Amino acid sequence: MIEVKDLTKYYGEHAAIHDLTFNIERGEVIGFLGLNGAGKSTTLKILGCVLLPTAGDVRVDGIDIAKAPHEIRRRIGFLPDSPPLYNEMTVGRYLNFAAQLRGVPAGETAARVAEAEEKTATRHVHEELISSLSHGFRQRVGVAQALVHNPKLLILDEPTSGLDPLQIIEMRSLIRNLRGAHTILLSSHILSEISQTCDRLLVIQDGEIVAQGTEQELALRMGAGGTVEVEVASAAGRRVVDLAGTVPGVTGVTIVREADGVVLVRMQATADLRPKIARVLVNGGLDLLRIDRGAAQLESIFLQLTKTHTGELPQ
Amino acid sequence: MKSTFLIMRRELAAYLRSMTGYIIAAAVLIVDGLLFNAFALGGGEKLSSEVLSMFFYFSSGTTIIASVFISMRLFAEERQTGTLVLLTSSPVHDWEIVIGKFLSALIFLSLLTAATVFMPLLIFVNGKISLGHMAAGYLGLFLLGSATLAIGTFGSALARTQVLAAIFSGCIVVAMIVSWMLAKVTEAPLNDMFTALALHGRHFPPFQAGAVHLRDVGYYLMVTYVALFSATRVMEARRWR
Repeated sequence: MIEVKDLTKYYGEHAAIHDLTFNIERGEVIGFLGLNGAGKSTTLKILGCVLLPTAGDVRVDGIDIAKAPHEIRRRIGFLPDSPPLYNEMTVGRYLNFAAQLRGVPAGETAARVAEAEEKTATRHVHEELISSLSHGFRQRVGVAQALVHNPKLLILDEPTSGLDPLQIIEMRSLIRNLRGAHTILLSSHILSEISQTCDRLLVIQDGEIVAQGTEQELALRMGAGGTVEVEVASAAGRRVVDLAGTVPGVTGVTIVREADGVVLVRMQATADLRPKIARVLVNGGLDLLRIDRGAAQLESIFLQLTKTHTGELPQ
Repeated sequence: MKSTFLIMRRELAAYLRSMTGYIIAAAVLIVDGLLFNAFALGGGEKLSSEVLSMFFYFSSGTTIIASVFISMRLFAEERQTGTLVLLTSSPVHDWEIVIGKFLSALIFLSLLTAATVFMPLLIFVNGKISLGHMAAGYLGLFLLGSATLAIGTFGSALARTQVLAAIFSGCIVVAMIVSWMLAKVTEAPLNDMFTALALHGRHFPPFQAGAVHLRDVGYYLMVTYVALFSATRVMEARRWR
């Protein structure tokens, strides 16, 4: 669906992205991950045909973006980092305008607008002025304008930025519901926000792709595949450390915190040993409260990926 | 072409739904009305055609100022609020965006200018003027407005904020007006060039007096074309950086 080869973009002397190469298959949901200023938005703007690249090749459906940008713009729905909303328009009129601008025939616009509103749960604000909408709704209308012409490819630049936790969950399920109908490329600087929604992650740092794959693959690559966090009732005391130590493959056990009758223990292992560890602890008579790969792990993978890379760069 | 019409319709609605549009219109009408009352009508006896000529003279000034302020928002506002991306990521040519926006401003300015028609009509109360003179004067105002709006569109395409846009286009417009004064202090052939370039001094007075010359019509159309062409090039160039 998308083939990007040696994509480079200079802003003056500064290369925002440098020899970027990746492929995206039809129907995939791809997370574009990077810290602020890593080059995410620049890449997405080029794919969205807003900016032209300095060098490199981008093909969408086999069409070169430099040669036939209009062909590609018809196939793409783009939500930039701040949704492009006209405050003085109502949601309905705005979506109507966006649809016609993207070449939806006049007879079909009403149906398409209704469909987009249905998908983004904005039907009931159809008549409202955009200036009166809350941040969460603005973001949703932004997504609605991106999919109103039913594009094959949706490019969403930080769709969850600035949303509260509930809105983030809603946005996530919205994106999940769009899966299948569209190929989706979304960006974020927070790994945990997109790791659940995406089939594959592309990690970008200083304008280069430093890693790609599923969350597990990334974790394995970083040698962090076996971090396990365990919570047990504190009656167990230090016994949890001894017991966990007996499991073959567990290399290090540390007590992270002991409070409110709960002991939190983190262990390093060579692989994902959760089933074995759980069995040993339960058989040992401990009250197992929680066992998982650790919430902090995602962020640490991400930080490690980006940190190791910055370390290599000449300052 | 359909996109041009779409964009024009939306922009016109934006003018009519925003405070700024009405504020500019009100300010211009007040100033124009005051000038007409104080100077064109007042100041002793004069011929009806002289009054009309003075009306067009004052109106040309307010038209120029109105054009700069009307056009400043066209691109700069969208750049400030981040909505320009909607247009630039859609299958629309940059020239279609530029022309759509320019036409909306031109229609708004025309509505505004049409609202001044009561002033020449007032002359009929105590005098007599030819409708041809009126038509020529309004054609002049329309063409002058078109040229200034196009320059304003260019300024707005260049600028990051509306204030900067107004300053850019204001500078260009003033430079083009005073090039007529520059012609007085330069020698041939430079003075001919400066005279021909002047936005007002050479090309507007014939309209004001009721005469339509192809030379003047051509000049204003040319300025409009060059400014819109430059604005389109600016928009295209923005994609490269």
